[in-house]
Amino acid sequence: MMKRNVNRMLSALLIISGLTFFSCTKSNPDGDKKVYHAGNGAEPASIDPHIATGVPEHHIMVALFEGLSSPEPKTLAPSPGAAERWDISDDLKTYTFYLRKDGKWSDGTPVTAQDFVFSWMRSLAPGLSEYAYMLYPVKNAEEFNLGKLKDFSKVGIQAKDDHTLVVTLKAATPYFLTLLHHYSTWPVPKATIEKYGDWNDRNNTWTQPGKIVSNGPFKLKAHELNKKLVVERNPNYWNASIVKLDEIHFYPTTDLSSEEREFRTGKLHFTYEIPAHKVQKLVEENPEETRITPYLGTYFYRFNVTKKPMNDVRVRKALALTVDRESLVKNVTRANQVPAYSFVPPDTAGYTSENRLDGNIDDAKKLLAEAGYPEGKGFPKVDILFNTHDLHKDVAVAIQQMWKKNLGIDVGLNNQEWKVYLDTEKKLNYNVSRAGWIGDYNDPNTFLDMFTSYSGNNRTGWKNKEYDALIGKASITGDQKERYSILQQAEKMLIDNMIVLPLYTYTVKHMVSKKLTGYHDNILDTHMYQYMDLKE
Amino acid sequence: MLKFVLKRLLQAIPVLLILMTLTFVFMRAVPGGPFDSEKQAPEEVIAALNARYNFDKPMHVQYYFFMRDLVTGDFINWPSFKYSNQTVLSMIAPQLPRTVELAIYSMIYALLIGITAGVIAALKKNTYLDYGPMSLAMVGVCVPSVLMGPLLALVFGVWLEVLPVAGWDSWAHKILPTITLGSAIAAYVARLSRGGMLEVLNQDYIRTARAKGVPENKVILRHSLKGGLLPVVNYTAPAMAGLLGGSFVTETIFRVPGIGRFYVESVFNRDYTVIAGITVLFAFFYIGSNLIADVVTVLMNPRLKFGAKT
Repeated sequence: MMKRNVNRMLSALLIISGLTFFSCTKSNPDGDKKVYHAGNGAEPASIDPHIATGVPEHHIMVALFEGLSSPEPKTLAPSPGAAERWDISDDLKTYTFYLRKDGKWSDGTPVTAQDFVFSWMRSLAPGLSEYAYMLYPVKNAEEFNLGKLKDFSKVGIQAKDDHTLVVTLKAATPYFLTLLHHYSTWPVPKATIEKYGDWNDRNNTWTQPGKIVSNGPFKLKAHELNKKLVVERNPNYWNASIVKLDEIHFYPTTDLSSEEREFRTGKLHFTYEIPAHKVQKLVEENPEETRITPYLGTYFYRFNVTKKPMNDVRVRKALALTVDRESLVKNVTRANQVPAYSFVPPDTAGYTSENRLDGNIDDAKKLLAEAGYPEGKGFPKVDILFNTHDLHKDVAVAIQQMWKKNLGIDVGLNNQEWKVYLDTEKKLNYNVSRAGWIGDYNDPNTFLDMFTSYSGNNRTGWKNKEYDALIGKASITGDQKERYSILQQAEKMLIDNMIVLPLYTYTVKHMVSKKLTGYHDNILDTHMYQYMDLKE
Repeated sequence: MLKFVLKRLLQAIPVLLILMTLTFVFMRAVPGGPFDSEKQAPEEVIAALNARYNFDKPMHVQYYFFMRDLVTGDFINWPSFKYSNQTVLSMIAPQLPRTVELAIYSMIYALLIGITAGVIAALKKNTYLDYGPMSLAMVGVCVPSVLMGPLLALVFGVWLEVLPVAGWDSWAHKILPTITLGSAIAAYVARLSRGGMLEVLNQDYIRTARAKGVPENKVILRHSLKGGLLPVVNYTAPAMAGLLGGSFVTETIFRVPGIGRFYVESVFNRDYTVIAGITVLFAFFYIGSNLIADVVTVLMNPRLKFGAKT
């Protein structure tokens, strides 16, 4: 009896395992199709343009959707997208977009001006999009998003007819067109969304395969959670004739070394990243396919100006002057990063900072002595806060050594898990905190407006009315040159007061197959798939 | 036997309730929430998001909602905070079978290799057939999958180009993850079965069997294995649960679209609903596999009886 039971159990186990083993399917080769295989970092949290927030999501949505204007692939200059042309009023406050008559959704229905009105209402719906602020330059948009205004018809976007869209801005915003390259401003299909749930429900399932309708060069074909997401050519796209790729497969590659091995074995045409320790080797061995280019982002340290000793500008300056950025990028980060002495990356839409803190190590020692800590004596115990990551640790250790060597002060390291770190930083429970900032759009404003006293991204405790006024003034200045000179003044305040310690400008690191054409490096790391092709 | 199983299942209920309460407390005690991000949305927006998911309610009310949904089974329809168009069920359903599949392969691999090596080592005690596999087993226990995985991928995927380095499509994709995940278990099984066999082979009844002229292969297969492998059976249940919950590293290295990877990431994302959902699921697995192991142990050991006080 007992033996039979065991035997039965064993045979059942064998049969089950046998079945699962042989039920696995063989992978299909791509056949005649041109399939672009791309490593994409992480499983996309959402491909709903009004809910998504990350870079992997962006890579996919660029294929699926198109805004009113679309970036030119090399320069990222605004070029026609869903709108074939636009007029801008003399006071730069009114934009009239003329939508193309042949613009269609992937289900064949026309893309209309009303679609954009609905989409922007959705993007601005209170409690839906974390990126709603991208549309704040539009008249009354902020009020609607914050729930102070209930009537959307008072917001500055109106459909004059099916193909004419009039947008009224709060103030002249010279970079407004580049904001339209951000997914939070892209159109979404009203009928589809309402079919699968409430228009302002975050958990609406309209983006699932078989349901989603989009207006970009590609449409969603399949999505297997955590495995891959497949888009295929959208025949209803207005410019479908230039699209050469048949499909794009996006893989969630969380392990960078594994991703690099997949690239080496020819399984991937594109890697989301390159592991930092491999950069030098790959640059030497495979320079043709290793792309290291500047990125619109700054790696920096925040100072908590509300806590001793960082509330003393002399201390902050002394610390800043004793960081050897050249050595940091050469010996620690080692991926061609550019040492940063100002906060806005060089040549951000033609803006290059004129600000930097001058001085040498002796000046730094003097400043520290003036602050009451000669030779670092009596310096309180402080920590460098950073989120768990090898690179952040290496940088922190290097800076810890620089401060010890040059100023004689001992700082500790405080390593925290990502969300804990965010919480600590937000509550100003730190002294010095590692940070990074990637521009949302190609304009210095995306870097400088974060240190206004009312910005949730400030997180330094620094509140300065004069700085707020400068940023406010810049946002209503139409003349680009004048606006940049105001922003220069603002950035000078930031650097002179040493609120943040810029360390280096980020670089984008990808392996890109030599078979891939129509791929262009650019500072926003935005790549338009409709121009790409695969050559044998 | 039915009474035994029922009793064990009833005992599981308070265990599950306590586990879920602890999960709730720990989840909420850790700083940071699902909507914290480096680019902070305006406070009003965060407040509206929190209200949408009842995070603005007092803790005891949230706890009530949480336990109510768990008890009624509604938790499988909870939306994920991170993956906006997914629910707990839609995330677990496609991914769990792959993790289970990988765990089963790894267990079969571990048992085949481990028992064979262990039994041979026990029979050829103190010869090279003992020292060889046992030293290898020692290495197997010591080499972590973070090292084993990339090494295997490098050798078989990149250098020899015989197996894919990552993915989960054909049977070939499943070999390296199986070896990576199963090796430590195989090594442990080898040591356990060697020890178990050595003990049994010294028992009187084996000597009696041999004295009565039972052929050696029968002595081993029929009389010794059953007793000698008892430690292995006892170890299999927690090992299986460990394989299911601990496949994170292997799944990440080989891009296996399984639940282990999501479980760990859901904690980083503070995706409360998904954390709770997978925790309940793993708790069921753990309780279930321990129960099965206990039943099998009793069935294999004539000296034990169901319901007997031990």
